[in-house]
Amino acid sequence: MAQTLLLQGNEACAEGALYAGCRFYGGYPITPSSEIAEYLARKLPLAGGTFVQMEDEIASIASIIGASMAGVKAMTATSGPGFSLMQENLDLAAVTETPVVIVDAMRGGPSTGMPTATGQGDYMQARWGSHSDHPVVVLAPAGAQEMFDLTVKAFNIAEALRLPVVLLPEAVVSHIREAVRIPDPGEMEVIDRYQPDDYEGNGFFRRDERGLAYPPVLGSGFHPHYTGLAHAEDGFPSNDPGVVRKFVEGLNQKVAKNLDLVTDFEEEAVEDAEVILASFGVTGRACQHVARLLRKQGHRVGYFRPRIVWPFPEARVRELAHTADTFVVAELNLGQMRLEVERIACGEARVVGLHKVDGSMLEIHEILVKVNEVLP
Amino acid sequence: MSALTGRYEILLSGSGGQGIILSGIVLAEAGIAEGRKVVQTASYGPESRGGASRSQVILSREEIDYPGVISPNFVFVLTQLAADKYAHTVSPQGFVLADSSWVEAVPQNLPAPIIALRLSEEAASRFGMALFANVIGLGFFIERSGVLRAESVTEALARRVPKHYREANLEAFTFGRELAKQQSGQ
Repeated sequence: MAQTLLLQGNEACAEGALYAGCRFYGGYPITPSSEIAEYLARKLPLAGGTFVQMEDEIASIASIIGASMAGVKAMTATSGPGFSLMQENLDLAAVTETPVVIVDAMRGGPSTGMPTATGQGDYMQARWGSHSDHPVVVLAPAGAQEMFDLTVKAFNIAEALRLPVVLLPEAVVSHIREAVRIPDPGEMEVIDRYQPDDYEGNGFFRRDERGLAYPPVLGSGFHPHYTGLAHAEDGFPSNDPGVVRKFVEGLNQKVAKNLDLVTDFEEEAVEDAEVILASFGVTGRACQHVARLLRKQGHRVGYFRPRIVWPFPEARVRELAHTADTFVVAELNLGQMRLEVERIACGEARVVGLHKVDGSMLEIHEILVKVNEVLP
Repeated sequence: MSALTGRYEILLSGSGGQGIILSGIVLAEAGIAEGRKVVQTASYGPESRGGASRSQVILSREEIDYPGVISPNFVFVLTQLAADKYAHTVSPQGFVLADSSWVEAVPQNLPAPIIALRLSEEAASRFGMALFANVIGLGFFIERSGVLRAESVTEALARRVPKHYREANLEAFTFGRELAKQQSGQ
């Protein structure tokens, strides 16, 4: 039976992982992500899964890549300092087309910063933290229910597109407690990895018309070669310019060719809005509150919040830039998503930032002051 | 409480280890049992004992967009620091409860009434531990505000506290309700 429980965001994430079929967790505890590890350490063994506390974050992500290559849905969870260490292997997952889910529960500030305080400073790192061009999809939940729902979605996207997916909650979302409805088995879609019966000419990394490759699970009887080096369709390293171009472009086109799977946003009252409050995560809920408040007072204010923040919902934001006068981009960093909105609005609409980096959430009056400045 | 949405905001603040977060969880769970929308958030420092700790609960009849407290209907302060920082944020329709075992300088001229009781000392003498001050406060709050049924809170409390402290917690809760009844009788 579906049940509704008071769950912490991190607990909801762990429940989502179990629902999605995650059966391996390798991680190193760090505030504000630790409850995900604590919860799965208790629950995974009961579900026939494996929990391993690794020696550090580099080993943690390596362990989940290995588990996933062996065919097991796998995840890890960390915070900024650990996420920095994971960058090296994050794009190993990308180039070996290994599905993994990484939770980066964002604390405040750079370096070890403020462990228990909140922030959204890892927005750009989540997309561009690893070197060179590589695909990664990033989801930003705004509450405990979305911690569940988007964790399931993160696994689905990872398995369908065969790439690393990052779940990017703020500390507040990790620690918030709300009623969470856990659906019955079968109620929510769960995508399992597609496994071809045959790879013609050992084309383990050959792409289909959707741009997707389906390298085989280790131990399935095929003998693929996995490497971080640029490789040909058979998995063996190559420096041939034609092969390498196809390798890099093919990897990066996976997301663009499957935008239907990786576009997810929430919007309210944007059609006739002069001002659109754009934000992500729980900061978006503050913006929603303000937009509703100002609507009631007769102002033409709307609200836009991507749940999948990478790829950024470019097509929709471009449309909105045609109809709105101003975007106010509110975020707990010094202006990272704002850069995306500016790039896409490209002079069609004014883009104003509202940024806060003191470890606390944006408050209603702070947003009101900013919006009142820009209202016509 | 906002008449429009039935949004009721609670701010509990003290020092790490005083049970502030647990109190928030108990109220949130009782809220769910009564069919409310609830959000509980917390903020605390990196240390697990000591340091400023805050727990916020929002109860609403409608979906809760902003999960932060805007203007709390009830503020419960268990340290001087908490009193100085949060007592004045109380909504004019609400009230403040201060544990004057720790809050020596009770804030004055607030927008709403403040009730100062020596909760930690009462807790220590009646239940053997100052730690029960938060639960006495919970009982006081529920009796005076009527925002949740005492039964729902009792049930949530019984579920959330360690088994061997269950009876003492329930007694402390009842004692808090009695204190509130005495207050209103005065």
